[in-house]
Amino acid sequence: MFPELNNLLNVSPDKPEQGKFTLLCDAKTDGGFLVHHFLSFYLKANCKVCFVALLQSFSHYNIVGQKLGVNLIAARDRGQLVFFEGLKSTVEVLFGSKEQPNTLKFIRESSSDLKSLYEFVQKALTPSGDGSATSWKFPVLLVDDLSVLLSLGVEAVAVLDFIQYCRATVCCQLKGNVVALVHDSDQTEDEENAMLMNALGHQSSLILRAEGLVTGFCKDVHGQLKILRRGLLQPKNDEAEQWNTLLKVIEIPCARARI
Amino acid sequence: MESQQGEGGTELDSQSSIWVNTGGNKMAALTTGFGRARQGGAGDPREYKAETAAGGDKLGGGGGGGDRGCSFLRKVSVPGSGGGGGGGGGARLRSIAGTRPSVQNGQLLVSAGLPALDQLLGRSVSSERRSASSGRREGGRERGKKEGKEQINRRERGCGTIQSEEGASTRPQDLLWGCSSPTAPLGVLLYLRGGGLAVGTLLLIEEDKYNIYSSLIFKYFLAEGIVCGHTLLVASAKEDPGDILQELPEPLHDDNYKKVLDEGRSHKSQEEPEISMKIAWRYQNLPQMEAGPGTSSRFGHYYDVSKRMSQEVIQSAKWHKFFLPEEITSYANVESCALNHGYTKLLHFIQRVISEQGFDGSNPQKKQKNILRIGIQSLGSPLWGDDICCADTPEHMHSLTRFLYVLRGLLRMSLSACIITVPSHLIQNKAVTSRIRNLSDTVVGLESFIGSEKEANSLYKDYHGLIHIHQIPRLNSLICDVSDTKDLAFKLQRKVFTIERLHLPPDLSDTVSRSSKRDLVESAKQLSPGCGMMAGGKEHLDF
Repeated sequence: MFPELNNLLNVSPDKPEQGKFTLLCDAKTDGGFLVHHFLSFYLKANCKVCFVALLQSFSHYNIVGQKLGVNLIAARDRGQLVFFEGLKSTVEVLFGSKEQPNTLKFIRESSSDLKSLYEFVQKALTPSGDGSATSWKFPVLLVDDLSVLLSLGVEAVAVLDFIQYCRATVCCQLKGNVVALVHDSDQTEDEENAMLMNALGHQSSLILRAEGLVTGFCKDVHGQLKILRRGLLQPKNDEAEQWNTLLKVIEIPCARARI
Repeated sequence: MESQQGEGGTELDSQSSIWVNTGGNKMAALTTGFGRARQGGAGDPREYKAETAAGGDKLGGGGGGGDRGCSFLRKVSVPGSGGGGGGGGGARLRSIAGTRPSVQNGQLLVSAGLPALDQLLGRSVSSERRSASSGRREGGRERGKKEGKEQINRRERGCGTIQSEEGASTRPQDLLWGCSSPTAPLGVLLYLRGGGLAVGTLLLIEEDKYNIYSSLIFKYFLAEGIVCGHTLLVASAKEDPGDILQELPEPLHDDNYKKVLDEGRSHKSQEEPEISMKIAWRYQNLPQMEAGPGTSSRFGHYYDVSKRMSQEVIQSAKWHKFFLPEEITSYANVESCALNHGYTKLLHFIQRVISEQGFDGSNPQKKQKNILRIGIQSLGSPLWGDDICCADTPEHMHSLTRFLYVLRGLLRMSLSACIITVPSHLIQNKAVTSRIRNLSDTVVGLESFIGSEKEANSLYKDYHGLIHIHQIPRLNSLICDVSDTKDLAFKLQRKVFTIERLHLPPDLSDTVSRSSKRDLVESAKQLSPGCGMMAGGKEHLDF
């Protein structure tokens, strides 16, 4: 969790916003730090988090999480974090026994729909009937990242359906949040990706866009961040470009985290 | 002695331990743990890293408890004690031959076979002794040269066998941090040395047009594997992997390399006498990015491309072969997944080798751990049955990307490193190229000047091509190490492949004819705008 980013967004772990869909984009730079930020932010805010990690292994997030002050293993053990590791599941789908049901079976089949993935998310975040479970604040779905699904042959429409279902369940029904990362490839002609990004941007209440600097590569500053907020009553778009200070902190291997 | 709680970052105090400011808890630095572990004896650096990280936060079971088979954080239950020598460790994950740790993110690194390329692919740590009296950097380097030479000779002797010292570029007395041994001098200087390819990751080489230099890098990678004693898996659809192995370059021994370098230098100096700089004299001795074996590493070898590796060495290597025409005997419709038939077979083959040979940790009581080096040649070409190189809107657009995704999963779970060459200049659909890049960890593109108009450009006259580092992975950390410069060119000298920074010559006078000035401006525009995953932009600054 980066305190500077919290200040820019006017949130804190004590009073996070609810019922929101946040879209994270990156273009010509790596937006992974935003994912790590939100993961640690919501864990600290005592929310139940379902993290669908499609591109990296669990230990990667764990190690970065330690630098940011959260312990993913402990969170997983106490039931606060439900971690779905895409890479591991894929290997199990292809090389494991064919009978066991798997959330990523679309890799094996040509037909692509993310229904099984949605059911997994729903089961993870819907509070179970028994009252003995610890009460978390609200559920959060975090996806890293959606562009990989396009590479795996899922159509953009199927991804949009999945997000729509998740928003309906998590944001509206369970009053939680959904955060998803999409890579922006504006210089390449990836039309599906562009369509996905535009559609998701339209549905989201907050867009965080990490971009590379227009003037080129710079070693000290990794890029700039644009924050677009779409409120219901006050449709003002804040574009904040205060990134030089923030990204200097990131540059140091272990980021500062004030508790 | 604790350092002050100031701005975040790493601060070095006199007791040579590094504290990282992470909130209220001053966690021992991840690197400190590694250093301390090193004192007790060889051991998996990541194991100790997890333990010391646990100290601050009371982690249960260490960092790797959740995923046993993951190569990024392998937890070994055997306590690492005992002396540093001897290789017969049984189940103990000692330092594996030909690897070295990346202290920044706890990764194990292997050499790509080309030390110049290793330097560009991330950093690891090595150190060099320097007495307090020698203030000059050159003096330090001289000493390092001598020291490095000793170690290289030691390594050369032990070449091919697995010993705990081999390839391990960090000895207890060499490390700066975590070293509370009384013999550690205060003047130990930390030197960031060239890195390498992280174990568990994928190196994608975007081929140059005629596949000359990319196949050379492919062979360097395999040759490095043989020299370090790693197991190889070579897959190709074009040539028999046995033939590929016959063409591997011969490793150069230390004194041979020096001879070759000197020959090259004397040849060059006959053409241009070296002018010592008068004003910018401090830049006189800046390295050109190539590091000779005497100065830096005991990790990564040099090869003579004009000679072949000897038969005995090749035959002593352990390797697995996948030659597509032999594997696919019939085209029966076995669609176990929506992947190309050839890719499916290859994935099954790789998975079988990994699990049977125990690279995923499944047979802990077996012999010493080793690295599996996978090399796949010209993936995506029509010979693999894929049509992304043939059509603008290919039918099997997702075959290769799915393959890369599954391969990534396999690599992350095993002690392996993979190199793939892809003829991306043939791929018409740029979306596919960017997806392929996103699914790989490290992406290097080669652009050779053969047959292009750049060959005539005076800027490039000394070189054979450009090398673009499109992407470097961020593993276990928020940032990655990028080299300062994006403009790199390579040349294949008589026996050695070098990578150098590309400089624009100074535009000295106004009376220079207009045409040549325009050429320079054009060249400036051709310099790359930036690494894809790093901050880049559309507009160039005009010189």
